[in-house]
Amino acid sequence: MTLTLKLNTEPSVPLEAAAITPARLTGLDASKVAALPVLHGNEELTVGDFFAVQGKSDSEFRLEGDLHRVKHIGTGMAHGRLMIEGSVGAHLATGMSGGEIVVAGDVGDWLAPEMSGGRVIVKGDAGHMVGSAHRGSRIGILGGEIIVFGNVGNETGNTMRRGFIAVGGNAGDFAGVSMIAGSVIVLGELGIRTGAGMKRGTIVSMHDAKLLPTFRYACTYQPVFLGHYLDYLSGIGLPVSESQKTGRYRRWSGDSIKLNLGEVLLFDK
Amino acid sequence: MRIKTTEVIDTFAEAFEMWASRIIITAQTAEWALAAARSMTGFATSVIGCKCEAGVETRLDPAQTPDRRPGVSVLLFAFDAQGVGKRLTERIGQCVMTTPTTACYNGLTAEQTVAVGGQLRYFGDGFQTSKKLGDRRFWRIPVMDGEFVIDEQFGVVPAVGGGNLLILGKSATSALQAAKAATKVMRSIPGVILPFPDGLVRSGSKVGSKYKSLPASTNDAFCPTLRAVVERSQLPEDVNCVLEIVIDGLSLSAVEEAMRQGVQAAARRGIKQISAGNYGGNLGKYHIRLHALFEHARAVS
Repeated sequence: MTLTLKLNTEPSVPLEAAAITPARLTGLDASKVAALPVLHGNEELTVGDFFAVQGKSDSEFRLEGDLHRVKHIGTGMAHGRLMIEGSVGAHLATGMSGGEIVVAGDVGDWLAPEMSGGRVIVKGDAGHMVGSAHRGSRIGILGGEIIVFGNVGNETGNTMRRGFIAVGGNAGDFAGVSMIAGSVIVLGELGIRTGAGMKRGTIVSMHDAKLLPTFRYACTYQPVFLGHYLDYLSGIGLPVSESQKTGRYRRWSGDSIKLNLGEVLLFDK
Repeated sequence: MRIKTTEVIDTFAEAFEMWASRIIITAQTAEWALAAARSMTGFATSVIGCKCEAGVETRLDPAQTPDRRPGVSVLLFAFDAQGVGKRLTERIGQCVMTTPTTACYNGLTAEQTVAVGGQLRYFGDGFQTSKKLGDRRFWRIPVMDGEFVIDEQFGVVPAVGGGNLLILGKSATSALQAAKAATKVMRSIPGVILPFPDGLVRSGSKVGSKYKSLPASTNDAFCPTLRAVVERSQLPEDVNCVLEIVIDGLSLSAVEEAMRQGVQAAARRGIKQISAGNYGGNLGKYHIRLHALFEHARAVS
């Protein structure tokens, strides 16, 4: 059975709804879910003031309506499946450690900051700071997968330590900035200053990119490991070509102002 | 019991509990994958002398391999899981990692695993990197033609070693022809290998020796030149050559099926008897009776 929350009163200012997460919703009936607190601006209201709630569930949760002003959904999510049938606001899946979120529309800034497990799939675009560390944090995401079919903004994967971010469209500036490890694959184009300050980790693009002078060309080769990732992405439905799966890539090493053990792989068309 | 003109002796093959792993080797071409597999399975005929038994299970099309390149499936057997892990690390490190363009993957889903890529990664001298996709972690080790990719963990499972057939021929030519026909069909059975050279052993052994330091010695009961010398000779008139086929498998049923098909393929004019080797039934857990192989098949059909 599925627990469904349908937005019936659009918030006039951002609505902070950290209560809408499987960890809080599991096992509750509709009336108890409706009584959970949310912050509408600086006013404390309830879920029921904005959503019509139906059903009860331990694992399947559905959100309907235009949620672009609803923030912090899926905070601390550790299990279950959350389906969002539209667009959603910032800070989705903050600190997520398990389960899966699927968003049919777009997502605001700060998608899945400091997540450590689970998977988020966004069929539309995502804003800035996808899979990043919070400002002031020394480590970003520690695991999990973020798959965005559309474009993403700046600083994707900021300070990520582990995990996997895939972007079907283009990425903004500073993709993989201060990256410690992990993988960022962008099927579209990269913005400027990719991998600035990265220590280790992998950034991939299917297009050429102008890299910082602190990155140095290493070689052109066929990275066998990348085929595994691209097979996985095409299985999810991202547009990956056969030539990209088996082709050669130009490897750049950097950032030499740090450990110089990171890599940027650019598809050699 | 007879198949065609060949007598199938009412005896049993004595097989043993072992542990096994399946290794998928891929490369840019099928030739390089096979070169790595042959190197890795060299000197792996008998666990007594080689610490493991290994062989090529089958060749794989690109559609069957994890990285969609041509590949080869190899099975390796040892007495315990720890032994499998040690041999894998040695042989993949020396034979697969060294072969141009190869990658190496775990081919078994198993509860128990041994670290192989997790050991070989140190060859990267600090430049190795790991990648984790889902639950699977693999290592990228920089080498002179690019990178060697290998799974961190390989599955190990309980298995069966030492299934065998003895083919008693009137001449070396007839015995070789029959044995080759048998190995050809036996190799088509999934989950088995024939660890000896091209599947055949001519120097079958018995347990013990007159020389105390030797754990095994020639199987004199089946040596034609000793028919008139040893009282326990098992060779009937007209038998002048005996060849053995040893079978290791991931399951007892796979070994039995290989033996059954092997007997059927080997039975022909020029083959007097087909028998099997055992040690009186005191050493091995599995007693695979030759006649039972066909009784079971009849019951199923």
